[in-house]
Amino acid sequence: MRQTIVRSVNDLPTYGFGSQSGPWWGAMAFIALEGMGFAVAIAAYLYLYAVNPKWPISSAPPDLWPGTLETAIFLLSVIPNELTNRVAHRLDLRGVRIGLIVMSVIGVGLLVVRGFSFAHLNTRWDLDAYGSVVWFVLGLHTTHLATDVVDTIVLTILMFTRHATARRFSDVTDNAFYWNFVVIAWLPLYLLLDWIPRL
Amino acid sequence: MSELVSTPDRELRDNDLDHSELSARLIGLWHTPSGWLGRLATVDHKVVGKRYILTAFAFLALGGILAVLMRLQLSGAERKLLSPDLYNQVFTMHGSTMMFLFAVPVMKAFAVYFVPLMVGTRNIAFPRLNAFSYWIFLFGGCFLWGSFLFNAGPDIGWFAYVPLSSLQFNPSKRADVWAQMITFTEVAALAVAVEIVVTVFKQRAVGMTLDRIPIYVWAMLVTAFLVLFAMPSVMIASTTLILDRLVNTHFYDTASGGNVLLWQHLFWFFGHPEVYIIFIPATGMVSMLVATFARRPVVGYTVIVLSLIATGFLSFGLWVHHMFATGLPQLGASMFTASSMLIAVPSGLQIFCWLATLWDGRPVYRTPLLFVLGFIAIFVLGGLSGVMVASVPIDMQVHDTYFVVAHFHYVLIGGAVFPLIGALYYWFPKITGRMLSERLGRWNFWLAFIGFNIGFFPMHILGLMGMPRRVYTYTPEMGWDHLNLLSSTGGVVFATSFVLLIFNVIHSLRRGELAGDNPWDASTLEWATSSPPPPYNFSRIPVVTHRDPLWADAGNLPVVAGLSVERREVLLSSVADAEPHTRESSPEPSIWPLLTAIATTIFFIGSIFTPWAVVWGTPPIAAALIGWFWPSGTKEDEE
Repeated sequence: MRQTIVRSVNDLPTYGFGSQSGPWWGAMAFIALEGMGFAVAIAAYLYLYAVNPKWPISSAPPDLWPGTLETAIFLLSVIPNELTNRVAHRLDLRGVRIGLIVMSVIGVGLLVVRGFSFAHLNTRWDLDAYGSVVWFVLGLHTTHLATDVVDTIVLTILMFTRHATARRFSDVTDNAFYWNFVVIAWLPLYLLLDWIPRL
Repeated sequence: MSELVSTPDRELRDNDLDHSELSARLIGLWHTPSGWLGRLATVDHKVVGKRYILTAFAFLALGGILAVLMRLQLSGAERKLLSPDLYNQVFTMHGSTMMFLFAVPVMKAFAVYFVPLMVGTRNIAFPRLNAFSYWIFLFGGCFLWGSFLFNAGPDIGWFAYVPLSSLQFNPSKRADVWAQMITFTEVAALAVAVEIVVTVFKQRAVGMTLDRIPIYVWAMLVTAFLVLFAMPSVMIASTTLILDRLVNTHFYDTASGGNVLLWQHLFWFFGHPEVYIIFIPATGMVSMLVATFARRPVVGYTVIVLSLIATGFLSFGLWVHHMFATGLPQLGASMFTASSMLIAVPSGLQIFCWLATLWDGRPVYRTPLLFVLGFIAIFVLGGLSGVMVASVPIDMQVHDTYFVVAHFHYVLIGGAVFPLIGALYYWFPKITGRMLSERLGRWNFWLAFIGFNIGFFPMHILGLMGMPRRVYTYTPEMGWDHLNLLSSTGGVVFATSFVLLIFNVIHSLRRGELAGDNPWDASTLEWATSSPPPPYNFSRIPVVTHRDPLWADAGNLPVVAGLSVERREVLLSSVADAEPHTRESSPEPSIWPLLTAIATTIFFIGSIFTPWAVVWGTPPIAAALIGWFWPSGTKEDEE
């Protein structure tokens, strides 16, 4: 087939930020499917809550402090996360390195607190359906959190190597964008796990 | 608006080269390396797509053999070909194979091959994820069939209802195999869905605005969204089931506050959209075939696209109609009856659009169009029996009988397999460069059409006579012999049509007529490149100015220039207007997706046997993922 050149893309950049990058849309799609996963898990919890006359079935509600502490850290983490996002947009390598280290430390800290959350659920997964579903919901979010923390740590190390090229800054902003989803996904789970059993 | 940074313009671009130099350069950049390592590491969507298609058809053959075995067993009263236990495994394997290893994957497979070509790009978005998806699908399928060969095939039906699938009633590993197969196939499907969404949103050719997207691509986009929102539900279902079985949780254990209906809700919240995950791609294929063979653009483009989207939304509001027999509140039952009838409306609109296209066009009755006509006839019948069972009183009567078996085979085979085989005849020349035999194709169609109807129509009557599903035999006094024999005869004829198809494919691969770029004089971009397409798909990215680009300006393709010829590069464009804004690198081949898939497989299979597999199975996956994403210092990585 004969080709007629009608347009030049010579001047286009080789990477973009946010909705101009492919990986950002990939992150959006993963957010959609993971968000759906959380929605279904919440629905399963509420279904079991609705069919059981007593909730929790045979144990005390979780202790409030670990979940509340986590929620506070999650909400505050939005600030360094946004700062990291901004320095990445400015292609400021030093700022990005600092921001990523801070975010990695916050992530690891949250995983430690998460350990306390499990320990203070006051039930076991094999005790009854209540225990099963709270362990499941918290486990699901822990997998989600741990994955993102490992990803952040790897990206942090990457930004200290020769691979810290311009396009990686776009990856950093996508990582920051995704973290916001990790935070937002936690909030309904906090209400679900810590407050529904107290209704 | 984000800031953008342009790199200094030092590299060689395609406008510096003439056509032959350009092709040679692009082949060097995009080809799949030879040797086994190169083949295992390939990320070419066409190579992966072909593997996906072949593997899915291999599972079709396996699932088909099981169907024939069941039909032989049921061809007369009290036959002893299959033992009751084996029969349970066989019908479960048949359903699970056809749904999870054939129907969904084959639709994804065609999309993996054709969506990038139809939107005019050089590779699918996230090509390594695509390779990973294929391996996971392959390993999951082999795991299921390997288990079956060792007498550990699931025997709980394709929807694995609790409590039948709970540890108490299924103490062997059979139900675990089923649950973990689900996890494999859903991971694979979700991965492809993400790729399709991003490919369609961001990698469309310049000027392919929303109202110029080929209908098949629209269909695959809608399907990808259905996968994104439906599959998580079944993954949660299968995970909680396996947790109940392995670590003693109580999701489905009534004695400890669990609930068996929760399983049905979770399963069917996925299971009903699943039907449309199979059907919507098929309607997309039909729209392409109808336009090409009616020799005119499809009537009602906007109506069809909106119908696809409406079907997508409505498909999430129907799941409870699978549960009418569980004693739902009457209001709920009425609502789901209404929504089940409502979804017939967009499907009906599409059918009228196709009929109008054929009416107003000059139809050329080649094999692909025959399969489309067969589809319309069979699917309408399946749709009508669907509207019947949407009504609670009828559903209560025919629930779990052969009437339902007849209904869903009319919908699934009529609605998906007929268009699929039509599409195979249509696209085979593009994939292989050779035409399938038209003469064998006609035999193929008529055997399939007649065989299918003889095979499945009697099941409606058997169902009304009271024959239940999933019985391994029946006594002579029931009076079901004759119709069952008729059905089995039809089944064998139908199976023969597939043998003929396989023969046609093998024969035509060697001796088929050479196809040329555009043997059907079709209008969409996949026909603007050679058959089979070169590794880079298009030497220059097309510019689209019309909904049917190859009909708008015959023989001439407007293109863009200025892409790099030093690294794999794709053009990203804006979501609505397809205005180009970035030249983004596309990943080069890598062995890591395969290694990640192997680590994931060990994790999934290991976790059936010990919960500790979750602990020792995770680090290898993490390591493989880091290997996958760590830059290897190539131009693609460092740009």
